[in-house]
Amino acid sequence: MSDATHVAADSAASAAGDRRWVGFRTIVIREFSRIVRIWGQTLVPPAITATLYFLIFGSLIGRRIGDMGGFTYTQYIAPGLIMMSVITNSYGNVVSSFFGAKFGRHIEELLVSPLPNWLIVLGYVAGGVLRGLLVGLVVTLIALFFTRLHVEHPLVVVSAVLLASLVFALGGFINAVFAKNFDQISFIPTFILTPLTYLGGVFYSIRMLPDWAQTASHANPILYMVNAFRHGFLGVSDVNVWLAFGIMLAAVVALFALSVWLMEKGTGTRE
Amino acid sequence: MKALSLRKLSKTYKTGVQALKGIDLDVDQGDFFALLGPNGAGKTTAIGIVSSLVTKTSGTVSVFGHDIDTDLEEAKACLGLVPQEINFNQFEKVSTILVNQAGFYGIPRRLAKERVERWLVKLQLWDKRDAVSRTLSGGMKRRLMIARALVHEPRLLILDEPTAGVDIEVRRSMWEFLRQINEEGTTIILTTHYLEEAESLCRNIAIIDEGRIIEHDRMSTVLRKLHSEVFVLNPRHPVASLPELPGYSFTMADDGSLEVEVTKLQNLNDIFAALSARGIEIVSMRNKANRLEELFLRLVEGRDAATGAAKPAASA
Repeated sequence: MSDATHVAADSAASAAGDRRWVGFRTIVIREFSRIVRIWGQTLVPPAITATLYFLIFGSLIGRRIGDMGGFTYTQYIAPGLIMMSVITNSYGNVVSSFFGAKFGRHIEELLVSPLPNWLIVLGYVAGGVLRGLLVGLVVTLIALFFTRLHVEHPLVVVSAVLLASLVFALGGFINAVFAKNFDQISFIPTFILTPLTYLGGVFYSIRMLPDWAQTASHANPILYMVNAFRHGFLGVSDVNVWLAFGIMLAAVVALFALSVWLMEKGTGTRE
Repeated sequence: MKALSLRKLSKTYKTGVQALKGIDLDVDQGDFFALLGPNGAGKTTAIGIVSSLVTKTSGTVSVFGHDIDTDLEEAKACLGLVPQEINFNQFEKVSTILVNQAGFYGIPRRLAKERVERWLVKLQLWDKRDAVSRTLSGGMKRRLMIARALVHEPRLLILDEPTAGVDIEVRRSMWEFLRQINEEGTTIILTTHYLEEAESLCRNIAIIDEGRIIEHDRMSTVLRKLHSEVFVLNPRHPVASLPELPGYSFTMADDGSLEVEVTKLQNLNDIFAALSARGIEIVSMRNKANRLEELFLRLVEGRDAATGAAKPAASA
């Protein structure tokens, strides 16, 4: 290849790189604007729900339950409640935003644009992570009204919340790709995500359960996320934290690859 | 280099419907090109494949030399699409829609805002820049889709029925606008139900029917293929009996006007001379049908006669 050809190729690659970066930022800004524009649907409900949980389970019932794993019950459930809100909001943001774009057909704006499919996935997922983290922050601030939050391993807290948010944002994306109507975007959150979250050790340690239920709980991916996050705050966990991070990382890679493959194939988006 | 080049392009949907049956099509740079065909002929499928909204079954598509199989991002960067259906976010502001669209094509926000102002002013939507898009009228929504397709200043603009449902005044101003951007160098491909629109704007034309290109030539050449036209003549006073003129056949409509078919070998002078000789004064005259519409119907009817198929009235 001649020098001139090299320069032309480098310049084209640089132009494509700039275009992708601006495109990615645009998707993220659009998603963030959507989160802020409909704050009554995105930020307020999880704040109210978290306040009620802390009030009822933490302050009222928690006092009678006593300590758990050496911590007050409110301290014990706080990381789980934060993680629960991160999971549901990361998932909910992407599933509703991407399905809404399909339903309103404005997803076509992105499909005809020169942005590659992996970047479109990444943009929507970043929006989901952003909302998950925002809501997680709001719930953390609410938790501070009810209890003192000690952070044992800050890096574990940040990694766990980011990975869990990524996993469920990607899950929401895949749900939206396949969804053909609004019922199908609420089916998984209602019938799968909520039960798994409640049974994932948010409100209790699985060591309190009979052996068979402990074994069954290990099949629940949310158990690993909640416990990795709790380990970051309190230093206690029902599962091996390295295994938890391994599962989350593997899930992120697998779900991202599946999302991009579905987009390349045009499932749910192209005829 | 062609602005658009399709080779043996085929599309078979999952339902088994073969929408495109190996079409070849070339559009030159700077052209104003009409793609016509009845409903379900394959126009929107062809446009969908070019703009990546539909996955092709086989064949090749190249936009300004960029093959969509090997150089998709660059091919898409050259394209602007105005689809048939409204497809912007109805909850977003007009300016937000355009700034975002520019961003998807890699235009930084500051530059995007300048361009948004320019295109909104040109399309008479600047006053509506802060309006939520769902509150716009039908004509404004169409113009917003054109502005959106142009904000990244594409080399090839594809418009799929851009003036459907807009009033005549808006339609005429949109024609003027499209003529202007074509003169400034943008290649335009247009599909439309208004054949007058295609005849008035486009230099070249392809007619697609049942997934095949049945005509592809210069507009003037295609129109020359029309062997005869029917004229409607309005006499000043009612005509008692039909005039007789060898080689011409007159009919009378309910409103008293005369209709006469004139072939390319005949001329109107003979008709006027004969009518004058009989004391019939003609005050106005018009084509019974749009010329392109007549040609289009004949082409499709010709196809139906050849295949023996019965087909309901066709529309472009």
